[in-house]
Amino acid sequence: MKIFLVIVMALFVSGLAAQGQPSSAPTGNAEKGKTLFVERACWQCHGLSAQGGGIAGPRLAGRVPAWPAFSRYVRRPTEEMIPYTPKSLPDNELADIYAWLRSIPPPPAISSIPQLNRK
Amino acid sequence: MAIDPNTSVGRRGFLKGAAAGAAGAAALTVPGVAPIDAEAQSAQQARPVAITPEQAARNLAAETAPLPDEVDVQTVDNPGSDFMVDVLKQLDFEYIAANPASSFRGLHESFINYGGNKAPEWLTCCHEQASVNIANGYYAVAGKPMAVLTFAPSGLHHAMMGIFGAFSGHTPSYILVANIADGKERRPQFDWGAHSVVDPADMVRDMVKWDDTPGSLQHFAESAVRAYKMAMTEPRGPVVLVVDASLQENPVPDRSKLHIPKLTLTTPPAGDAGAVAEVARLLVAAENPLIIAGDVARNEEGMRLLVELAETLQAPVQGGGRGMPNQHPLSGGGNVRTADVILALNEDGLFGRLNRYRDQQVRSSTPLIKPDTKVLSISSYDLYMKGNYQNVERFQEVTMSIAADPQATLPGLIEACKKLITADRRRVMDERGKRLATASAEALERARLECTYGWDSSPITLQRLALEVYDVIRDKDWASVGGGGGRLWNVDKFYRTMGSVNGGGVGGSMSIAIGAALAHRKQGRLCVRFQPDGDMLYVNSALWTATHHRIPMLFVMQNNRAYHQEVMHLQRMANRRQRGMALAHAGLPGSSITDPNIDFAMMARSMGAYAEGPISNPKDLRPALLRAVERVQKGEVALLDTLTQPR
Repeated sequence: MKIFLVIVMALFVSGLAAQGQPSSAPTGNAEKGKTLFVERACWQCHGLSAQGGGIAGPRLAGRVPAWPAFSRYVRRPTEEMIPYTPKSLPDNELADIYAWLRSIPPPPAISSIPQLNRK
Repeated sequence: MAIDPNTSVGRRGFLKGAAAGAAGAAALTVPGVAPIDAEAQSAQQARPVAITPEQAARNLAAETAPLPDEVDVQTVDNPGSDFMVDVLKQLDFEYIAANPASSFRGLHESFINYGGNKAPEWLTCCHEQASVNIANGYYAVAGKPMAVLTFAPSGLHHAMMGIFGAFSGHTPSYILVANIADGKERRPQFDWGAHSVVDPADMVRDMVKWDDTPGSLQHFAESAVRAYKMAMTEPRGPVVLVVDASLQENPVPDRSKLHIPKLTLTTPPAGDAGAVAEVARLLVAAENPLIIAGDVARNEEGMRLLVELAETLQAPVQGGGRGMPNQHPLSGGGNVRTADVILALNEDGLFGRLNRYRDQQVRSSTPLIKPDTKVLSISSYDLYMKGNYQNVERFQEVTMSIAADPQATLPGLIEACKKLITADRRRVMDERGKRLATASAEALERARLECTYGWDSSPITLQRLALEVYDVIRDKDWASVGGGGGRLWNVDKFYRTMGSVNGGGVGGSMSIAIGAALAHRKQGRLCVRFQPDGDMLYVNSALWTATHHRIPMLFVMQNNRAYHQEVMHLQRMANRRQRGMALAHAGLPGSSITDPNIDFAMMARSMGAYAEGPISNPKDLRPALLRAVERVQKGEVALLDTLTQPR
């Protein structure tokens, strides 16, 4: 079952990630978004750095989908993710979270991490 | 108590006097009754009645004279429990795990003094759930059962979760349950209720393969051998043997009349040759075959066979547990959506594999596979099922179902496939294999990339934790005894990994890991266990069993200070109901383990383990791991309390 969840979440992300630029995204406050990512419990599945990777939510850092797909999925997920209605998460807060996700700096390069390069 | 023969207050008299004194003292407190003259009473008590030396001698003789032998039997030379130990020795048990109990005091003494505490050696456990799970973990590595001894009712109640886990995981737990069947043998204050049950095995009958309550020593010998055989017959599972206390403690009437039967294990059933040939035909003809493997391999040979089948067909293998090297080019690939033939091997979660299930307010499921996909099942689980406790999912329709042991069937299936593969099919398969190998290499590269996200986060990400641990053990002969390291750990041998607790039983995995590490000890393998905090809080006394018995192993905690899976469930409920999201985030009362935070390192040190922590900075991990591994390699138990992100 766990593997199944990983598969469906990976499918979700791969589907969204291909959907281009966030041109129609509302302006959000990334600093607030970082706090809201925790307070609205997104971290519970996606990790505090939006790194994903476990048996729950997939990674969002570095592959945030375009705003229309992102907001549509958060409001009405088609897979296992729990739904966030505007009552639970107002549009402005969702925009803040989106802004933070887009602002996450890239991770260190694989080549800079010795543990990933030992044979 | 020294007896003074010159007074009338002998041993028995003393007891009577004490009782009378207590009654007198009680009488003094009765309201409304005139008190006795205390001074006069004291003077009377201080002057024993003088008696003659002859009277004293008679009194002493009466006090110490033994009762007739036929009335007061006080010793035994050949207790039944010695014979029971002979039976269990013949079954080649290496260890017996138990928390001590008076109902099996006879057997306990026999194990130590008659059996020499060797084969089986006694493992001191502090909880019966730990006893059973240590045995379950030992089996996962040793491939044979460890005996467990407990008593009815309380000990068996404690053991039940471990037995249920064994049932769910097809593990042959061998449980001996002491009971006092004969009412006249029960001590009045202790044994009625506390150490006796009319039918102890009834408590677990729904989750064991077989049980018996022998009424004689010969019956015990035969049932002990039968129980072992039943437990080890595929599909394997737990068994219970009730051991009566009187049988343990009474003498053997005539040892020469008792016989211990020879154990002959049952050969696992291979699939019907005709059905196997049809499976081979479908697999060889398939364009996109997929193997979904559950618990297939029992040993290295099982892994070799599964790899050979995959390579023969150049077919991807999903799952496979310990039966498939995780970095093999054919491991983990394929897709149920595109597969035209799916071979499921001992997969008791097939419905979940082949259907998309959504846990929204209205739960729904839709098939993932194409309507014309052929699903072929080879499973020994079809040979055995219980009604009350069900370790199956929803019923999955299949095209063919062969009730057989997959490992025993694989040689015939591989041979049948090889016979059918033409040069054309070989080319198709080789091309498929190349595509799958490329996809596998890409997946491995993606796994490396995933590790970099959140690399410096605190609390530590699970990916970094796993990689840091692997980095200090990769060049040693390591074994993970619970909790996976992920795709970046090169699981190239059967013994590298194992399952963990089955049946959803949080609290059992620490003990399972200890049992597994015990089985690895003789090979000198470095055993590592990723230990969740919530699980450790159930039966943490198992850690003492590990230190006491010098079972070297490393615990690296995944301490998220919560029952985080439940946190996520509560969040799901709150979101669904559009209320209390902030409260759910905080763990809601009942699911967080904070205030105060638990000092697991201190807990481990209190039981004799080497421990460090809490460690929350990922940069502190490597030096701590190096120190801990050094201690483990010297034979110690080490624990690092690492604060991690929950998922």
